[in-house]
Amino acid sequence: MAQPVSVRIPALNKDISLPTGLFINNEFVPSVDSSETLECINPSNEEVIARVVAASPKDIDRAVAAARHAFNTTWGKNCNGFQRSRLMNKLADLIERDAQELAELETLNNGKPVKVARDFDIGDSIQCIRYYAGWADKITGQTIEIEGTVKTAFTRHEPIGVCGQIIPWNYPINMMSWKIAPALATGCVIVLKPSEITPLSALKIAELVVEAGFPPGVVNIVPSLGPVGGAALAAHPDVDKVAFTGSTVTGRKIMEAAAKSNLKKVSLELGGKSPQLIFESADLDQAANWAALGICYNSGQDCTAGSRVYVQDSVYDKFMEILVSKVKATSFGDGFDDAVAGGPVVSKTQYDRVWSYIESGKAEGAKLVLGGEKRPGKGFFVDPTIFAEIRPDMKIVKEEIFGPVLSVGRFKTEEEGIKIANETTYGLGAGLHSNDASQCMRVSALLEAGSVWVNQYNLLSNNVPFGGKKQSGIGRELGSYALEEYTSVKAVHWNIGEKLEWPL
Amino acid sequence: MSTHFTHEFDTPAYKGKVSFPTGLFIDGKFVDGSDKTTIDVINPTNGKVITKIAEATAKDVDIAVEAAQRAFDTTWGLNASGATRSRLMTKLWEFMERDQKILAALEALDNGKTFQWALDVDIAFSTDTIRYYSGWADKIHGQVMETDDKKLTYSRHEPIGVVGQIIPWNFPLLMWTWKIGPALATGNTVVLKPSEFTPLTAIYMCSLIQEAGFPPGVVNIVTGYGHTVGNAISSHMKIEKVAFTGSTLVGRKIMENAAKSNLKNVTLELGGKSPNIIFNDADLEQAVNWSLHGIFWNHGQACCAGSRIFVQSGIYDKFLAKFTEKTKGLKVGDPFATDSYQGPQVSQQQYDRIMSYIDSGKEEGATVHVGGERVGNEGYFIQPTIFTNTEPHMKIVQEEIFGPVGVVIKFEDEDDVVHQANDTMYGLASAVFSQDINKALTVAHRLRAGTAWVNCANTLNASVPFGGYKQSGIGRELGEYALHNYTSVKAVHVNLGIKM
Repeated sequence: MAQPVSVRIPALNKDISLPTGLFINNEFVPSVDSSETLECINPSNEEVIARVVAASPKDIDRAVAAARHAFNTTWGKNCNGFQRSRLMNKLADLIERDAQELAELETLNNGKPVKVARDFDIGDSIQCIRYYAGWADKITGQTIEIEGTVKTAFTRHEPIGVCGQIIPWNYPINMMSWKIAPALATGCVIVLKPSEITPLSALKIAELVVEAGFPPGVVNIVPSLGPVGGAALAAHPDVDKVAFTGSTVTGRKIMEAAAKSNLKKVSLELGGKSPQLIFESADLDQAANWAALGICYNSGQDCTAGSRVYVQDSVYDKFMEILVSKVKATSFGDGFDDAVAGGPVVSKTQYDRVWSYIESGKAEGAKLVLGGEKRPGKGFFVDPTIFAEIRPDMKIVKEEIFGPVLSVGRFKTEEEGIKIANETTYGLGAGLHSNDASQCMRVSALLEAGSVWVNQYNLLSNNVPFGGKKQSGIGRELGSYALEEYTSVKAVHWNIGEKLEWPL
Repeated sequence: MSTHFTHEFDTPAYKGKVSFPTGLFIDGKFVDGSDKTTIDVINPTNGKVITKIAEATAKDVDIAVEAAQRAFDTTWGLNASGATRSRLMTKLWEFMERDQKILAALEALDNGKTFQWALDVDIAFSTDTIRYYSGWADKIHGQVMETDDKKLTYSRHEPIGVVGQIIPWNFPLLMWTWKIGPALATGNTVVLKPSEFTPLTAIYMCSLIQEAGFPPGVVNIVTGYGHTVGNAISSHMKIEKVAFTGSTLVGRKIMENAAKSNLKNVTLELGGKSPNIIFNDADLEQAVNWSLHGIFWNHGQACCAGSRIFVQSGIYDKFLAKFTEKTKGLKVGDPFATDSYQGPQVSQQQYDRIMSYIDSGKEEGATVHVGGERVGNEGYFIQPTIFTNTEPHMKIVQEEIFGPVGVVIKFEDEDDVVHQANDTMYGLASAVFSQDINKALTVAHRLRAGTAWVNCANTLNASVPFGGYKQSGIGRELGEYALHNYTSVKAVHVNLGIKM
């Protein structure tokens, strides 16, 4: 085990070489004490792609120790921002060089279309790493006047230290870049656990970490089952900070484990049940496009999926007609097929989950407007599904489905719309569509979400912060804000001339 | 004319052939000057002409400004995202790194500094500066301020537009990057005049600008004289900001022109007569070494040179002895010889100026403790020189010499030396040497200068601001601070429901 394997991409008639060991100290190694492996399945045809080593709690210990050693010797305060910046730029360049190959691997493991993986997932990831490379030599503290000749004070924004980072399967490479970039920029070291479902692209990128010239131990990648590796990281006494993106259910466990172990810093990016409000003055055709994007993009497997759409009464019928025709035109299929807009959902578990929600929608009396029928044959394909005439108490309206299943409701007044939109324990994203500028201002001010889109949906930028209100998360990723998650402020009080008398 | 400059380097320090297009660089192309005249580029080791380059006139400045405005309105300014600007600047510094030896050789040939200093300091720092600013391009943030819930109020930090930049001959490439870096990062387009004495690296960079893929008109280089091109830029009605590095004398002219024309925004980085204060409890060896670097680096041709060296009486004799010994050990020679510390001064004009200051020092009664003479009999080589037994009123103590000439002054009292150190119209830099960190910090905080070095001298970083107090300048370069020079703040007040 731990030897590289050759992975076949039938659609393109080529082979990719893939490391399968745990990436610790710039080497791919077997587990110290376990023979467990993770079986990676191609969700388009349900076949096994490869098996990789699954890290045990002892392997996590090893990775954390390697990271700590690097932090104390070659990274952390032992390197400067200029050096970190250069290495990060190199890594981004290498990912760019290998973008096509990485995209194909991502498609094989996750199912999303190759051109989406390459141009969006990987394209954004490259930009993300470059964006944070630019921050690396700009982590500044403050100087603060106390009293001229007596005392001066200043702050240092120091790297937190060893960061455990646990990422999901919906955007494997992109989520990896969102996590490692700000951590590396600020001088932190990393033990990253990719999802047990989609670990392959992270392992491939590990090869580029070595090629870029990062010292051993700065970045460690340890695929593992959540309850094994993820739990170990969250509870680890020598991990200074844990960052997690995934379900709210698991997020709670992470925070609990952090509290019970060493009170490590926690940032969480969790689920959502994000609403979009379509007001009567909206450009209905455009709004329908954004709504379609909101639920179909990535086959609905997006934490900010616009999974609830509420349409103002006066334009409801017209909008629904347009929306249904747009969504109907969206075809899902094998990611290696250039003609498809989306792929399958990522796994059997997800497939069963999404279908159980569709069944519950039917059972609870929602009106099925589109989709709702299983495809015959192999592959975890779920066709876009729309429910209408929803009630707030329905499971499909309250709970995060994480598939291409949309619930459409209606509202009369602006106040009512805002109220229903906010009626959720989540608060990750929200969208509003209106041509009334003042309405846009009012509504965007009142929507309870970390990201609010006006006349748009789902499009992010690396320099704009992202994160959740309420139970959608703690902390922010992207933008300058992410740096705060990875720095620890030390105040230095420097006595220049104050003498102390004792006793006072 | 649109020529190439081709040169074969066959020297101990560097062997290689270089060939690149020359001319004015306007709207993405190399062109002749409107008057078809040229400027001679002189080799300061022997006074001979290396090559001729196109000379720009005021008319060419107009053409360049037009091109820059067009680019600002269409392909640059806010039409290019920060990420795009960042990407292009990244390519630029990567090419600079690739061609670092060529750049160092050109700089040494043109300016006279040694190849090794050019490579290790000038080119390395220049590359770092562009890289540092490429990282800022997509991080130009405004603010949102809370006023009340009926109003949304925020600020935008917008690019100014076409900016004029005039740079000196002492660190030609480095000064180019200090100006262009923040200007491009913030989305401005540039019309830059390099010094007529040292245009070669600025012209080479134009090829790299092309190779990196900057849209035409974003960077325009107009080589010409101060009284024609420099004047045209600082007086131009369509340039809304001018940045100048050079002498205080010319700095005044620039600011005057700006006031008389369109009240354009002005930043100036001017001269200095920086004090270097060494207390009895300084680490003697280190103080000597840093002091040498403070005055003799770049042949004394540094705006922040520590040219007034104040030494406390307790270690004065020991310091002077060591300082003298090491000064005598500095080798003056060909920039491409591997054992040279110092090459020639940049021009005949500068040579004459420095020698006349040395003469004035002698005339006014100071002692030439070391040096004071020409080296060799061709080119502009001057011995590293130290004066002692000076009086505060002497020209060599008051005025900026800009050559390898330092004055060493004995002092006793801390308050007195702080007073003497501050008793100058300049305020660019300062240095304090003491092992008592509290004393060092207290003194450093009392010195009226834009940079205070504690137990070091002449060490800079792209992320740390640099600029002058008093008549040493207006505004700051480097660090995040430089971004303020190249952005205009617009406040936006959005009414959410206040009825009139």
